[in-house]
Amino acid sequence: MTMFSPANLKRLFLILVITAVVAVMTGTPGSSTASPTTGVHGSFLERVSWFGLFVAPRWLLFTTLGVIVWLVVSLYRPRARSIRRGIDTALALPKALATKRSTRVALMLVALVVVIFLPKFVHESFWMYLIVEQIGVWILLALGLNVVVGFAGLLDLGFAAFYAIGAYTTAWLTGALPAPALFHHPIPTLWVIPIGILAAMIFGVLLGTPTLRLRGDYLAIVTLGFALIIDDFVETQSGVTGGGVGSAPVPHPALNLGFWHFHWGITPTPYYYLCLVFIIVFIIVFTSLERSRIGRAWVAIREDEVAAESVGINPLKYKVMAFAVGAASGGFGGVMSAGLVGIVNPGLFTFQISVNVLVLVIFGGMGSIWGVALGAIVIQTATSYLDNYQPWGYQINDLYMYIGALLIIMMIFRPAGLLPSRRRAREFAAAKGDEQVHTDEVLTGDQP
Amino acid sequence: MGFEHFWLSGFDQIHTAFWTYLAVGLQNGAVYAMIAVGYTLVYGVLGLINFAHGEVFMCGGFAGVFLTRDILGDRTGTGWGSVALVLAGIAIGALVSALVAIGVEQAAYRPLRRRHAPKLAFLISAIGASYFLQTLAGKEFGYGVNIFPGQVFEPGQVMFTLFGTTIHTITVVSIIAAIVMLVVADRIVRATRLGRGIRAVSQDAETSSLMGVNIDRTITITFILGGALAGAAGFLYSLQSGMVQNAGTEIGIYAFTAAVLGGIGNLRGAALGGLFIGLFGSFSVPFAFEGNVQWTEIYTFLILVLVLIIRPTGILGERSGRTA
Repeated sequence: MTMFSPANLKRLFLILVITAVVAVMTGTPGSSTASPTTGVHGSFLERVSWFGLFVAPRWLLFTTLGVIVWLVVSLYRPRARSIRRGIDTALALPKALATKRSTRVALMLVALVVVIFLPKFVHESFWMYLIVEQIGVWILLALGLNVVVGFAGLLDLGFAAFYAIGAYTTAWLTGALPAPALFHHPIPTLWVIPIGILAAMIFGVLLGTPTLRLRGDYLAIVTLGFALIIDDFVETQSGVTGGGVGSAPVPHPALNLGFWHFHWGITPTPYYYLCLVFIIVFIIVFTSLERSRIGRAWVAIREDEVAAESVGINPLKYKVMAFAVGAASGGFGGVMSAGLVGIVNPGLFTFQISVNVLVLVIFGGMGSIWGVALGAIVIQTATSYLDNYQPWGYQINDLYMYIGALLIIMMIFRPAGLLPSRRRAREFAAAKGDEQVHTDEVLTGDQP
Repeated sequence: MGFEHFWLSGFDQIHTAFWTYLAVGLQNGAVYAMIAVGYTLVYGVLGLINFAHGEVFMCGGFAGVFLTRDILGDRTGTGWGSVALVLAGIAIGALVSALVAIGVEQAAYRPLRRRHAPKLAFLISAIGASYFLQTLAGKEFGYGVNIFPGQVFEPGQVMFTLFGTTIHTITVVSIIAAIVMLVVADRIVRATRLGRGIRAVSQDAETSSLMGVNIDRTITITFILGGALAGAAGFLYSLQSGMVQNAGTEIGIYAFTAAVLGGIGNLRGAALGGLFIGLFGSFSVPFAFEGNVQWTEIYTFLILVLVLIIRPTGILGERSGRTA
């Protein structure tokens, strides 16, 4: 009987271990003052009601769940192939439709209409604010990081630095920082947008030129090191940056065309449209970049740097370019956030923010612009929902536990992301089984 | 005045309290050396930075302090009793960290290794593991800085006086423990069958598997070795600082800097690098602007960045045969 074969029993054990971890993750928190094992005790021994039907200790509940999952899996496995084939045939028509150009255009138009009229449906200012600050700005950041990680394949762990440059440039030029002003008059926030973008791009070039010679994992550490240096610098130099407290209020953007005045003020809806316009612009620019000579050079470098160099592509030049282009959208995110929130402080640009942006890119699909945008919407909505309603015993501090788990799970089961870029998916799949090509990068485990 | 004064006053402070800075530097260096060895070993066999190693270190601190307290009760040791308590803490920290390291390897690395995933995937899942562990530890034991009463040694307990400087017991204990564990690790890697396996996989994984080395087992052993050292270091570090924190990234980066400095893949280099980073961090304290301790962090990160950019093979050279 296959049900109780050693392999399947091993699977049961694995599932039970995972359920135990889940039980601890969702269980009661411990504390340093009480006995340190209260959290673990509570996670297993606490009695919980199961939708009001019956009350059972948590360990029983989770063990039952684990066994059910195991049963489902063991029933599924012998039939896996036929079930998968069934799903494939059922999805064949929608997939064929989705790849058609006309469907895509139609979907894009529908999405455009929805986003344009969204403020009409969202009445609460709180949610509108959340949409701009938590989703709009983050889409900008994710689009920028996508150029670096997705297109050029460079793992940048300090992307929040560009965000910070944009925001601090805004605060500086509008006269909200203690640092001596660059010009005699503070510049209106709206006109800082191009300057902020430019500043971030210049910083990208400055940061990229020395560091981008390094190979993948060293690059990740160096960008992380730089991000931490900037973070420390901003916090300690209170004479220049306002230190840990942050800047003075940054004025909200305003437009004065002589015949027409517009002030962005504190209501979120005008920011929504400002953000939307720039997101669309960045999406158009990045899409055409991806298809251009530059984009193809990025793909070449990402897939095989030596080969790319041998056909005359200068890897450093194109990598620096990716850094600068990605920085542009990150920098604009910073300007946007400074104008909207009205204050700039170092807490906005920590390492966590960099990781968070990375999560959006990976979840959505590295290298796929629409995937990244969708990923930002899904993840940011989910985290905002969790933080505001705190369902199922969730606590705000738990967020990064789930994010960490999500990263691992994505890498195991769907490394190319939610809406994978076709080329990227092929790259991840190509690594399978192709032992000769990647001997340097991967190791041979004992393959089945 | 100004800048010149700043430098002079820095040297002045070092001049008056040289031995204190040296003692602190050695004690930190011992900890960094023990963590750095883990980075270097894993880099040797897998060819990638174990991003979650800082959190493995952190788990050692939590387990050593809290579990020891839970099992042995809240007590302050004296004489041989305190030695026994420290040994118990080191053992528990090392054990738990080794288990966590195995878990990280099984969850975040092995499935990807089976699938021959690109390097980027490994880095990302390691970052995921690091975040997961950090937050889970915070949830179970408290976020941020957790101060615990000096259970084994009173924080200020003095062992002896050297050149007019009081040397704390914990300094001596850390240094002795580090030397013993590092020598043992070095012997394991150089002189045993297991170590030969590790070195073989570092040099050429495929060929060594053809020669009968069980790669999966070797990798697990490497993680256990690195994890145990990091766990012991975690416990010693919490004794030194009198606190446990649910963060390992920064100390992890210090230790990583040490590993790179000594030439990644090179065990002795990592130990020396750790010592250097510890001393450097300690002696840069008087040169912090406006007395702000965060500047020592900036200096250390600058070393990291400069070493990686100028000489990524480290001072003593890489041993794993890979070049930057």
